[in-house]
Amino acid sequence: MTAPTPSPGTHDLAAGGAHSLVQSVDWVAVAPPVIVALAALAVLVADLFLTERRKSLLGPLSAAALALSLLALLPLTGGRRATFCTTAGPRACSYVVDTFTLSIQLLVLGAALVTALLSMTAVAQERLPAGEFWFLLLSSACGAALLPAARDLATLVVALEVASLPAFALVGLRRGSRLSSEAALKFFLSSVTATAVMLLGVSFVYAATGSMHLETVAERLPHTDSRLGTLAAAGVALTLIGFAFKTAAAPFHFWVPDTYVGAPVPVAAYLSVVGKAAGFSGLILVAVRGFPPYAHAWGPALAVLAALTMTVGNLGALRQRTDRAHGAVRLLAWSSVGQAGYLLVPLAAAGHQDHQGHRDAAVGATVAYALMYAVVNLGAFAVVAALRHRGDDSAQDGRLDQYRGLARSHPFAAAALAFFLLCLAGLPPGIIGLFAKVTVFSAAVDAGLGWLAVVMAVNVVIALVYYLTWLALLFRPAVQPTAGRARWLPLPLTVTIALTGVLALALSGAPQLVLGFAATTLF
Amino acid sequence: MIPLDDTVLQALLAAVVALPLLGAVAALLPAPPGLRGRGPEQAVLRHGVTVTGAVLVLTVLLALGFDHDHPGVMQAQTDVSWIPALDVRLHLGIDGISLPLLVLTALLTFLCALHSYAKRPQGPRPQAFVALLLLLECGTLATFAVLDLVLFFLAFETVLIPMYFLIARWGGKDRGPAAWKFVLYTLLGSVVMLLGLLVLGGNAGTFDMVRLAQQHGSGLSHGTQVVAALAIGLGLAVKAPMWPLHSWLPDAHTAAPTVGSVLLAGVLLKMGTYGFVRILLPAAPEGAHTFAPYLAAFAVVGIIYGSLACLALARKGAQGDLKRLIAYSSVGHMGFVLLGVATLTHTGVNGALYANIAHGLITGLLFFLVGALKDRTGTSDLDALAGTTGAALYGRTPRLGGLLAFGAVASLGLPGLAGFWGELLALLGAYHPAPGLSRPAYAVFLALGALGTLLTAAYLLLVVRRVCMGDPATSSPAGSSAALPDVHGHEYAAWVPLVVLTVLAGLWPAALLGLTDPAVQNLLPGVTR
Repeated sequence: MTAPTPSPGTHDLAAGGAHSLVQSVDWVAVAPPVIVALAALAVLVADLFLTERRKSLLGPLSAAALALSLLALLPLTGGRRATFCTTAGPRACSYVVDTFTLSIQLLVLGAALVTALLSMTAVAQERLPAGEFWFLLLSSACGAALLPAARDLATLVVALEVASLPAFALVGLRRGSRLSSEAALKFFLSSVTATAVMLLGVSFVYAATGSMHLETVAERLPHTDSRLGTLAAAGVALTLIGFAFKTAAAPFHFWVPDTYVGAPVPVAAYLSVVGKAAGFSGLILVAVRGFPPYAHAWGPALAVLAALTMTVGNLGALRQRTDRAHGAVRLLAWSSVGQAGYLLVPLAAAGHQDHQGHRDAAVGATVAYALMYAVVNLGAFAVVAALRHRGDDSAQDGRLDQYRGLARSHPFAAAALAFFLLCLAGLPPGIIGLFAKVTVFSAAVDAGLGWLAVVMAVNVVIALVYYLTWLALLFRPAVQPTAGRARWLPLPLTVTIALTGVLALALSGAPQLVLGFAATTLF
Repeated sequence: MIPLDDTVLQALLAAVVALPLLGAVAALLPAPPGLRGRGPEQAVLRHGVTVTGAVLVLTVLLALGFDHDHPGVMQAQTDVSWIPALDVRLHLGIDGISLPLLVLTALLTFLCALHSYAKRPQGPRPQAFVALLLLLECGTLATFAVLDLVLFFLAFETVLIPMYFLIARWGGKDRGPAAWKFVLYTLLGSVVMLLGLLVLGGNAGTFDMVRLAQQHGSGLSHGTQVVAALAIGLGLAVKAPMWPLHSWLPDAHTAAPTVGSVLLAGVLLKMGTYGFVRILLPAAPEGAHTFAPYLAAFAVVGIIYGSLACLALARKGAQGDLKRLIAYSSVGHMGFVLLGVATLTHTGVNGALYANIAHGLITGLLFFLVGALKDRTGTSDLDALAGTTGAALYGRTPRLGGLLAFGAVASLGLPGLAGFWGELLALLGAYHPAPGLSRPAYAVFLALGALGTLLTAAYLLLVVRRVCMGDPATSSPAGSSAALPDVHGHEYAAWVPLVVLTVLAGLWPAALLGLTDPAVQNLLPGVTR
């Protein structure tokens, strides 16, 4: 975390006084990411002292830490809290806890917990190095949890890097797998390019406005020196492009399918939810909180990006054949690109609203959609992970055809997957998926983005084709009847599927729980 | 008729919508001890009959408890907030427009469940079949019972997945592509409709249909109304279906199992026309007025197109499929319904609603009959059935032949049967369209519609001649070796209610019109006729 940067020109030490050097930190406010960070260090140290047999303890330990950090969110629900503030000049804070922060932290930490549950089986079965794996997972989660609270550009960039650097290592952790190292390299190169572009943009913005704090940047951007106008505009554009890169929006999506296929399944699940959430919360903060004066520019750009992303993602998913290896993960990877397009729609809508209140409301639709997506996508990945460990025929690993007859052999997993797919497609009985889509549509229509709404409508229909193809496979008779009795799925995976399934069902009954974010003031 | 407390009515309506959903979940669970019957399959099919029967009883009670003196007033209203973020309320209620459709849906679904109980559907496990049937029933009943735009959309979408699987898993030849066509076409339509609903609700400030109808478009600019009416109308027109958006329908009806065809034609198509009357006409009157002439023109083309397609299929040597023929005849009949709606008059809209119900009864019956014929002879190909002289059902299975002839003449609109009044009123409405609509244009539509009734009569009589008449001795190659069994007991049970209601509705139209007319007057306040 960066030290708060006092604004240049307001170095009035007399006003700040002696206590400007010593800050009182609101430890309760920063508890959630701090707990995760401490746990990450603890796991790394413990790994050195534990014998090989005892290393299986690290998984439950990490899960417990994530659960604890989720509990640490409870005392924060009361109201807005801020810490790491400038003590001199206009008060601007680097770390703010508001509804937006809490909702994204809930998403990130919850998703990390689910990933931890998913990973326990994978770490054991794929012989991943336990200490490193859990350390990396927790570090990445810590960065992703810090990100939504960050309110200055430096903290944002640092948090984003803390979230993504461990993720590269996680992707490449499968030793001796060519696919895995290639995936990690692709992911690494594309992400580092994004960071470089972003940093350049941030430095331009700082040069033009003289501040890192988003609020101050938003205030000063319209009043920048006219000679610095081009610099400011370039800075804004480069920063946004960098964040768009991180959200895997088209045309920056090409690394997604290969990376997901090469990574261990739980890591792919983690990237599709937490990685995406991190990118999006950064984009939201920068665009809506930092650069509102340029809304007329980034609004249309994001709209085009949204239309492109959802179309590319859905067409990519449509192309997947059912007999290709890793078809299931590949399909989910492409579908996650398509879903990123839907997530961008309310952001684009925010750019088309003139009033800051309407902008925040539009952003709420993205948050609501992301929460829905996190639950059902993790659920779908959980079923995929569970079936990968069914281990009946390694030659056709992860093909979609492998899902034939699932309704007979594992009716519980099949019903759950069917429900998740319907939620992703947005059709009843997946009611929460339907209402999340309605919220996004509503944001677009309210902002007058009719054309984007129509593009999205067509995309919803395209997406139905592949979701329903997969869904129908579950209920078809298996190609060859599985020998013997169906095996039980590993316990942590069963728990995960049940947890996400119950959550998705509960949300379908009471959509207000997540859609409420679309109607409250987030910031 | 029987005085019921308003809370009782509310509970009845809520139960009608919720019961099929609970039944669908229960159908997937193992049967509890005591209800296991002769095996899991028989038990679950019986469960389907029980639940749909219970729903039918509840709707009949609802109809009896309904205040028939004030059918224009929303009754049995429940209004609970569900999702404040989207302003979605669980608002249920019925008036004279939705009540008949609710009873029709419950009746047809019950008859389908009865039919499946007696004759196990050909395909995978019946547990899934019953669950899908009940989910379908929940969606259709909810469509007619909800009074909130977003909920209407939810209910509208609920039928897609069950119907897709009913066609794709239990259907006949070419069921896969037909099912895809059905689901993609209708989904595209309904998503476009959602956009229209959002424009409408967002600009009017409410998603409540009752309040939208009261506002009657006030506060909505002309442009907004036109956009909303176009989007909503497109979505509903796919479902109805309106020519040229009908092309999913013949394939879906032909490939669907008997039960699926009956429900598709009898209930699902009605959701489209119901949406026109319930949402489009009252909430965006100027938009509806703008598009009414186009709708009428497309409707009339649909009438002519449907009957010409049927004539072509009914010809000798055309290898026309009987199910396909009835599907095309649906395009024509729904054309009359849309024409009635497009006149924007009380007469026309009442006629449309009447034709809606009549078409549900008659086409439901026809699909049942053709399904039975296919079960007996193994084909629904007209040429294979008719052979050289005709299938001679009068001689071989006189009762089945008689019923088929009855269904055909009812469908062609013989006075005294249900099919007559709706089409007559729709044409009558076109004679005096609402003020502001071009009278000469509507006169042309009227003439073409009347021509359509003649063509309809021609192909249906052709079908009767080729299927029912002929020489029993030298009749068709298909199934000629064995004597065909005549109507079974369970078939009587499924068909007699439809026959009786067809006759009743034909002889006593006031019963239905008395229900719909006051409600239509409420929805179209500015019109005198």
